[in-house]
Amino acid sequence: MKRNWWKALTVVLLLYVAVAGLLMPVPRLAILNESIRNLYFHVPMWFGMTAILVASVYYSVRYLRTPTPALDIKAHEAARTGILMGCVGLATGSIWARFTWGAWWTNDPKLNGAAIAMLIYGAYLVLRSSFTDEQQRARVSAIYNIFAFAVAMPLFYILPRLTDSLHPGAGGNPAFARYDLDSDMRLVFYPAVIGWTLLAFWVAQLATRISVLKLKVYEKQIA
Amino acid sequence: MALLSEIWVLMQKDFRLEWRQRAALNGMLLYVSSTVFVCYLSFSLRGGQLPAPAWNALFWIVLLFSAINAVAKGFLQESRGRMLYYYTVVRPQAVILAKIAYNALLLLGLALVAFALYSLVLGNPVQNVPLFVGNVLLGAVGFAGTLTLVSGIAAKATNSSTLMAVLGFPLMVPMLLLLIKVSKNALDGLEFEASRNSLLTLVALNLIVGAVSYLLFPFLWRS
Repeated sequence: MKRNWWKALTVVLLLYVAVAGLLMPVPRLAILNESIRNLYFHVPMWFGMTAILVASVYYSVRYLRTPTPALDIKAHEAARTGILMGCVGLATGSIWARFTWGAWWTNDPKLNGAAIAMLIYGAYLVLRSSFTDEQQRARVSAIYNIFAFAVAMPLFYILPRLTDSLHPGAGGNPAFARYDLDSDMRLVFYPAVIGWTLLAFWVAQLATRISVLKLKVYEKQIA
Repeated sequence: MALLSEIWVLMQKDFRLEWRQRAALNGMLLYVSSTVFVCYLSFSLRGGQLPAPAWNALFWIVLLFSAINAVAKGFLQESRGRMLYYYTVVRPQAVILAKIAYNALLLLGLALVAFALYSLVLGNPVQNVPLFVGNVLLGAVGFAGTLTLVSGIAAKATNSSTLMAVLGFPLMVPMLLLLIKVSKNALDGLEFEASRNSLLTLVALNLIVGAVSYLLFPFLWRS
């Protein structure tokens, strides 16, 4: 329990988010209406994705310093979890866009940035699968992971602020905090961000354990 | 200072090689010209002029594909033995910086040829030529920086030619968006102030790309 308290915290926080997020009072805003509750599910996905991708880059850097298979597996599984979070974020956002902006997909800089980020990590997975030698795969994909993150990711947080966007906080639109993220919503939103981010790390940890077990079974088979 | 002289020697070697086997150079020039001509034919203009946004987008797409083709052979043509030889005489940073500088000059030359041909057959609606050429210069440096490390990564894998495009395109999207924006400003003849922020972001992006390549290439080289 000493080391796993954060998993209990995740469960408590996410149960709270599910119940309070659907039942607590929210401000009545035109167009958004009740769909504003999606804020507790859509926005934390991007926080979680960013956090887990930063973790992936961190493990890739550590792999380049001390190459061990465990670090490579951690970086890989963290990147895969990031893709999962990104897909869920795109799906929740797409549904939200359908009922507020009227279309499943709009030509919005944030949507395009998210799609490009998914393409980059898709390319990372393709790169991994085109090596036969494990050490070379680990090193080259770590290099690509760091390079892609450093080159492309900062701009997904800068570009939307420079151009017009339907999202709040860009192109002259006020951010959520300005007018409608009132104290009631903060009570749910901040726990939601923490809860979903912790969940991402939990998923990545479980996936890493499965991969390590598979590696061990494989080594036993060829031994 | 030793690093600078190493870079200089490596660049000289690359240019000399390029000049001796002119097939590759002529091939690239012909590639650019035939792409431009295909664009011209497929629009089948009769004395008319393309709308400025279409002209702009098409120009950058031509440059993007020429860049991918021109840079892809950068590391693929280096034989394993020659890389081993470099390993014994120069440091890895010199290799990557020399390659980036060489590719940047090559791409700049190709881009200027493409611009000349393009305006010959499709008309030249650019109103602010110095800004446009400066933007093309930044674009050439940026494309060279991003694609050089990507070609180094792709050269390690089995299906390198597909990987080159898959890994490179998503990474270049942020840069391409900025370039197209500035180039549209130059087309419309807006004053320099309108594109200053984007130009500064582009310069910063080029610096990031250079710095990350400088840091990561020694790890890529080791295998």
